[in-house]
Order: sequence, then structure tokens, then C-alpha cells
Amino acid sequence: MSFIASLFQRNSIYVATIFGGAFAFQGFFDVAVTKWYENHNKGKLWHDVKGKFLDGGDEDEDDE
Amino acid sequence: MFRAVSTPLAQKFITGAVATTGLGASYLLYQDSITANAMTAAEHGLHPPAYGWSHNGMFETFDHASIRRGFQVYRDVCAACHSLDRIAWRNLVGVSHTASEAKAFCEELEYDDEPDDEGAPRKRPGKLADYLPSPYENEQAARAANQGALPPDLSLIVKARHGACDYIFSLLTGYPDEPPAGVVLPPGSNYNPYFPGGSIAMGRVLFDELVEYEDGTPATTSQMAKDVTTFLNWAAEPEHDDRKKWGLKALIVTSSLYLVAIWVKRFKWQPIKNRKIRFDPPKK
Repeated sequence: MSFIASLFQRNSIYVATIFGGAFAFQGFFDVAVTKWYENHNKGKLWHDVKGKFLDGGDEDEDDE
Repeated sequence: MFRAVSTPLAQKFITGAVATTGLGASYLLYQDSITANAMTAAEHGLHPPAYGWSHNGMFETFDHASIRRGFQVYRDVCAACHSLDRIAWRNLVGVSHTASEAKAFCEELEYDDEPDDEGAPRKRPGKLADYLPSPYENEQAARAANQGALPPDLSLIVKARHGACDYIFSLLTGYPDEPPAGVVLPPGSNYNPYFPGGSIAMGRVLFDELVEYEDGTPATTSQMAKDVTTFLNWAAEPEHDDRKKWGLKALIVTSSLYLVAIWVKRFKWQPIKNRKIRFDPPKK
């Protein structure tokens, strides 16, 4: 019995695989899309232009 | 049902009818455009041109440096008459200002506090959770200070006007030096072709070098108009950048699922579509 087939043998394992897979995919997918999006809009986002307005010193800022 | 029109007379008749309709419509539209009476094109305002905003497009965010400059223009110029009720100081944090900058803004202002033990009203310095203050106490005070005209709240103005950003920008930069010949304006009003009716209570407010930008951008009229329009678009759609990112994710996921669904359908139907049915008649 292959590894893939073993996932379908028991319903508990099947459901757990789907939930775990969705969780893992979400993390990976979110990081990838955000990375592309921020690269695509480079120079327009707040964390890109922040340095232009602040003369250092404010680096330990706790803004989101 | 229809037979092809073949006789020369019928063809001439159709050509003539089309030409008459086109010329008649053009003449009526032209007539409509040269007067500014009620229910004409001029009454509804000049349509603004479409500008190439840097946030146009499915995956384009706002230009946050522009939002910051636009906030400066709003605070120095627009805020004298226009409120921005739906934006709190905390909304600026991480968008155009740092937390300490936003705190510095609101701490300069006084907001109503809870009354003391004797019930007397008290004031306190602003907090990040406070909303931007209105220039007037209420609508009546605003009208009294502006010859009966109410300066609209700008929180959702970009969403609330046809043409959105293009309209706001055109309105701010579209004041001619003097109204065209023949235009009669009510006392205290100004001419702006982009404003429906042409007569607007707000005068031209943006002039070159009116503000001094901290990043050294030359403060021309059009630069300030562009920045404040970007800021107002952000105020109307603070979720804009995240919304477009979620849209991208939704497009990727749904189109992938669509392709999977097509593959599954073909996989399941393949044996059914390819099978051959043979009928052996029973032998007598």
C-alpha cells in the first residue's frame, strides 16, 4: 500500500490530512502572494517610503 | 424571414434614413451642449479626463508617499472647512505615519472627557482612537460660516462622486481665472466647469507653493491636487491595498479549482464517452 493510498484508509486520517494540508498551504501561499505583491508595488508601500520621511532615530517604532 | 434588400430604390431609402438619423442626433447633441439650461449636458458638469493614477489596475496599491503628502494638504488646507469624520488618528498609523507621529498630531488637540464629580465638562488631550476633529460644531454652524453652503464631509467623497479621483482632481485644478462670457453666477459662488451646474461655493484653494512638502517634492497646484486626491481615495477605501491582495489570492485559488474541476470531469467521463456498445441480436 502506497503512502498516498494509506491516507484514504481511515476517515480520521483523511480529514486530518485535508485540514493539515489546508493549514500548510495557506502559510506557503500567503507568503508567496505577499512577496510577489510587495515586489510588484515596490516603492509605493509605506515600509518602502518610510525612510524618506524619517531621519533614522525612529527605527524602534511599534507601528503595524 | 427577411429577404435581402436588393432593389436600388430600397437601398437608397435605407442609406438616406441612416444619414438623417445620424445628422439629426448630432444636431440635437450639439444644441444641447451650447446652453446650460436644466437637464442639459452642462448642468451635469464637464466629464473629467481619465488620469493614469498609480493605483489604477488590479494589483496596484496606493502610493503611500502621496497619501502622506495628501494628508499634509488636507490638514493645512481642506481641514479649514471640510471634516473627515470616519478617519481616526489610529488609521494613519502604518499607512502614512508612524505611531509616534500620529500620537503627536492628536495630543495637540482637545477632546471631550467624562464629566468630573460635580458634572462639569472636562477636556483631555487626544488619543490615537479619537477621530479627526470637525472644523464646525454642527451643520448649521458650517452653513453660517460658508454663506449657506455646506462643505461636504470628505471621508467617502471619492466613492460618492461620479468620476471619483479624476473628478476630484479636475475640480481642484479646473478653476478658470474668470468665468466664460455670458455665465451669470449667484453672489459668493465660483465657476468650475466640472461641478454640475458650473456654480460652486468653494473657491480655488490650491495655489503653487501653498504647502512645503517634507520630502522636497515641488508643491505645484497639480501635485497637491494629485496627493490630496490619493489621500481622499485612501480615506474612502482604507482596505484598498489588502482588498487587491485578497483579490489576487482569490483569482489564483478559484482559477486553479476551475482547472481541477475540468480535469476531474474529463477523467470521470473518459471511459463513458469512449465506450462502444455492441448489440448482439438474439439468435432464433
